[in-house]
Amino acid sequence: MSEVVITDPEFSMTGRPSGRLLEVEDLHVEFRTREGVAKAINGVSFHVDAGETLAVLGESGSGKSVTAQTIMGILDQPPGHVSGGQIRFHGKDMLSMSEEGRRKIRGHGIAMVFQDALSALNPVFTVGFQIGEQFRIRKGMSRADAKKRAIELLDQVKIPNAKQRVTEFPHQFSGGMRQRVMIAMSLALDPEVLIADEPTTALDVTVQAQIMDLLADLQRERQMGLILITHDLGVVADVADRIAVMYAGRIVEEANVHDLYARPAHPYTVGLLNSIPRIDEKGQELRTIKGLPPNLMRIPPGCPFHPRCPKAQPVCVEKVPPLRVVGPARGSACHFAEEVLRGE
Amino acid sequence: MSDPNMSSMVTTPRAEQPTAPGATAPTNAGLPENQRADKPRGLLGDAWRDLRRKPLFWISAFFIVLFLVMAAFPSLFTSADPSYGTLSRSRVGPSADAWFGYDVQGRDVYARVIHGARASIMVAVLSTLGTVLIGGLVGVVAGFRGGWFDAILSRVADIFFGLPFVLGAIVILFTFNPPGANRGEFEIIMLVVLSLVLLSWPVSMRIMRSSVLATKEADYIVAARALGASNLRIVFKHLIPNCLAPLLVYSTILVGSFIGAEATLSFLGVGLQSPVVSWGVMINESQNYIRVSLYLLLFPAAFLVTAVLSFVMLGEAVREALDPKMR
Amino acid sequence: MGRYIVRRLLQLVPVFIGTTFLIYWLVWSVPGDPFAGKCGDRPCPANYIQVMTEKFNLDKPLYVQYFTYMKNLLQGDFGSTFGGRSINDLIAAAYPNTIKLAFVALAVEALIGLTAGVLTGLRRNGFLDNLVLVSTLFLIALPTFVTGFVLQYLFGVQWGVIKPTVSNPPSFTELLIPGFVLGSVSMAYVARLARTSIAENRSADYVRTAIAKGLPMRRVVGVHLLRNSLIPVVTYLGTDLGALMGGAIVTEGIFGINGIGREVYRAIVTKEGATVVSIVVILVLVYLVMNLLVDMLYALLDPRIRYE
Repeated sequence: MSEVVITDPEFSMTGRPSGRLLEVEDLHVEFRTREGVAKAINGVSFHVDAGETLAVLGESGSGKSVTAQTIMGILDQPPGHVSGGQIRFHGKDMLSMSEEGRRKIRGHGIAMVFQDALSALNPVFTVGFQIGEQFRIRKGMSRADAKKRAIELLDQVKIPNAKQRVTEFPHQFSGGMRQRVMIAMSLALDPEVLIADEPTTALDVTVQAQIMDLLADLQRERQMGLILITHDLGVVADVADRIAVMYAGRIVEEANVHDLYARPAHPYTVGLLNSIPRIDEKGQELRTIKGLPPNLMRIPPGCPFHPRCPKAQPVCVEKVPPLRVVGPARGSACHFAEEVLRGE
Repeated sequence: MSDPNMSSMVTTPRAEQPTAPGATAPTNAGLPENQRADKPRGLLGDAWRDLRRKPLFWISAFFIVLFLVMAAFPSLFTSADPSYGTLSRSRVGPSADAWFGYDVQGRDVYARVIHGARASIMVAVLSTLGTVLIGGLVGVVAGFRGGWFDAILSRVADIFFGLPFVLGAIVILFTFNPPGANRGEFEIIMLVVLSLVLLSWPVSMRIMRSSVLATKEADYIVAARALGASNLRIVFKHLIPNCLAPLLVYSTILVGSFIGAEATLSFLGVGLQSPVVSWGVMINESQNYIRVSLYLLLFPAAFLVTAVLSFVMLGEAVREALDPKMR
Repeated sequence: MGRYIVRRLLQLVPVFIGTTFLIYWLVWSVPGDPFAGKCGDRPCPANYIQVMTEKFNLDKPLYVQYFTYMKNLLQGDFGSTFGGRSINDLIAAAYPNTIKLAFVALAVEALIGLTAGVLTGLRRNGFLDNLVLVSTLFLIALPTFVTGFVLQYLFGVQWGVIKPTVSNPPSFTELLIPGFVLGSVSMAYVARLARTSIAENRSADYVRTAIAKGLPMRRVVGVHLLRNSLIPVVTYLGTDLGALMGGAIVTEGIFGINGIGREVYRAIVTKEGATVVSIVVILVLVYLVMNLLVDMLYALLDPRIRYE
C-alpha cells in the first residue's frame, strides 16, 4: 500500500492554507422545501490527498451523498442551498468560483462514479459516444480518435470485447459491466480526485467485490485521491485508508481504518460495528441501533445522536459535542469519547 | 419560485410556515414519539391537501358550480323568455335592458345564453358518464381477462378509434338525425350523446385497460388471490378502486371537451337544433352575422370557453394533485 | 423488426375492414330512400333509379355491395358520384390542399409548441412559464371554430391582413392563419408535453452525469436533455400528422379551403354515399399507416424499444 499521511483531524478544521488536494471545510447545506428547511449538512470538514482513499460512511440521510453532489456542483438548486463553508481544490475555493471555472474542474480535476449506472448513463447514446464525448468536447479530438480512446478505457476497466461493445447501448450491458463503463467514463480525463458514490450498492455481492478491487487498483495506478461514499462497513475495510463516519449531516468520528475497527470512539460507530452479522455469533439475535435517524427538519438539540444513544446523559441534550482530537490522528464528536475508546 | 406575480395562478403557493406538528415540545423533539408527525397520509388525503391550496382549483370549482346551478335553475339568473322574439328588435346591440343584446329574431341573447347552459352541460355530462361507464367496464374486463378476449375487445376499440371524430359524428348524426327530421328535444340530445359516446369510449377503455394491466401484477393483488379471494371481489375491492384515478382525471377533462364537441357539431348543423337552445346552436345561428354583429358570437362563445376551461383546469389541478411526481 | 411490421400489418386488416364496413353500413343501409332529393323536388325517373341501383348494387345484400365496392377500390377505382363525376378526380383535386394545410399546421405546432415547451421546461415557474401554461389552457379550451372565426374576423375583416377566404389552390402564405387555427390545440399539447418531459428529465441522473463530466451547459441541454425529452413529443407530432391528414372539416369550411374535409362534408349533406365512403376509406388508411410509422419511429428514437 502507498504511504499514507495520517493527519490530525483538528488540522482540517482550522482552515490554514495547505498543499492539500481537496479540502472541505465547515460545509453547510440545507434544502428549502415547502414543508420547511432540512439541514442536510451541518459543518462537515475533511480532506483528501493524492493517492489516498477516504471512506465516508453513513446511513441514508446522513448527508454523505449530498456532500458528494455539493463537491461536484450537481446539487439541485433549488431546493438545495449551500449556506456556508468552503470546498478548496488545490487551495482554491470552488464555491466562490464562476460556473465556468467549476466546469473546467469537473472531469479533469474531480470526477464522479454514480450509484446506479443504468440511470446515470444516457439510455439513447452508445457507451462509446458517452465516453468519447469528453475527448471530443474537452480536448477537441476527432470522432475516430475519441472512439479509439474509449476502447482503450473500456479495456482498462477489463470489459471483454471492448472493440465491439463500444457501439452498444447501456441497457445491453449487465449491471457489473455497466458500472465498469461508468468508471471508464469517469477516468477519461485523468481526474486527480475520484468520488465514488455507493458504487457497488446496486450490484450483486460477488460483483461488488470485483468492482471494489477494480477501483482500488485504478486508484493505486493513477495515484488518485479517492472518496468512497458508502453505507456498508464491509465494503470499505480493505480499500480505505481513513474513514469519516457521518450522522445527521455531521462527521461524528474520523479515524485510520484500523483504529476505527479496533477501537471505535463514538457510540454510533460502536452500534454500526455491532450490527454487522458475524459468523462466530451465528444464531444470536442481530444487534441493531434502536430508533431511527432524525428528521433533518427537526434535528434534536445537543448531540443529534442522543435519542438513540445508550450513553446519553443530560449534557448530550444541551451541548453539541464538537469533533475533537481524542487520540493520535483521530477525532470523535462525543462528550464521552474517552470512555467509549476505553470500551466502557 | 420567489416570483410572486402570476405563479399563484397555476402553481401551488408555498405554505407560509411549516405544518403545525413541527411545533411539538422542543425538549423531547427527536425522540421516537415525535415520529408520528411524519405519519404518512393516504394518497387521496395528500391530494386533497394539495388541491385545496390551489387557487386554480377554487376558481374552476366556482365556475363549475355556477354553471351547474345555471343549468338546473335558469330562472334564478333571468326572467326573460329565451324563445320569445320580435323582429322589431332584431340584432339590437347590448343595452341596459338586454345586457347581451338581441339576436336576429329579436330574442334576448342573455336569456338564451343562460338557458343554453342546460343543453350544453347535459350533453357533456351524459356523454361523459356513458363514455366512462362503457369504456371503463370494457377496459376492466379486457385488462383482467387478457388473452384472446382482450385481443378482440382491443380490436373492436381500434375500429371505433380509427374513425375520425368529427367526421364519424357527422355521418352518424346525419344518418339518424337528418336535418328537417323534426325530432323532439330529448331525442336530439340523446342522439348527440350516443354518437359522442360511440366515438369516445375507446380512449377511456385504453386508459382503464392499461392501468388494470399495470395493477393486476401488483403484490397486493397477487396476495389477495393467494388468499383465495374471488375474481369479482378482486375486481371490485382491489382493482377498480386502485385504477380509478387516471380515468377520473380524464373524465373531468372530458366533460370540457364534450361541451366543445357539442358546440362544434351544432355549429356544423348536425348536433342540437332549434328549438333546443345551446351555446353551440347560438354560435351556429350567429355565423352569418359575425361581420356586422360580432357580439352574437362573442357572448355564447365566452360562456362556452369559460365552461370548457373550468373543466379542463379542474382536471389539470386534480391530475397534478394526484401525481406525486409533480409535487 | 420485420416480423413485427408484418404482424402489425396483419392486425390492421380487420380494423380497416371493420371501420370501413361501419361507415358503409351507416351511409348505405340507413332507413330512407337513397334517391330522396336527388332529382330536385320531383321523384327520380324510374330508369334513373334502375341504372343507379344496378351501378351501386343497391338491390343486393349489404355485404355483397361492400365487397364489390372494395374489390373495385383495390383496383384503384373509387367509382363515381350520382352526377357521374369520377371520385378519383375529386379526391385528386382536394387532397393536396388538405395535405398542404396539414403540414402548415404541423410546422406551427412544432415551431411554436416546441419552443414554448422547451423554454418553460428549462425555467419552470418563471413569468414565461405561467404565461405559457395559462395560454395553452385557453387554446385547449377554445373550440377550433371559435378560434377560426375570431382570427378570421381579426386578420381578415378588422385588420385586412389576409383575405378572409383563400384562393384555389391556396398558397402557403394564405394557409398560415388556417394552419395556425387547425394546429392551435395540438400546439398547446405539444408545449405542455415538451415542458413536462424536459422538466422530468432535467433532474434525471444521466443529466447530472453529463454535468459531472464537465460538459458545457449548452451541450448538456442541447444533446443529452433534448434528445431524451423530445422522444414523446416527436411521436405525438407523428400521431397528430395522421389526424391532421384526416382533413379539417371545420377549418376548411371557415376559410373556404377546397380540401378533403369540405368535400366529405358536402358529400354527407348531399347524400353522395359513394364519395363519403371513398374518402373515409382513404382517411382511415392514412391514419392506420401513420400510426404504424409512428411506432417504428419510436423504436428508431429510443434504442431500448425492441419490437418482435
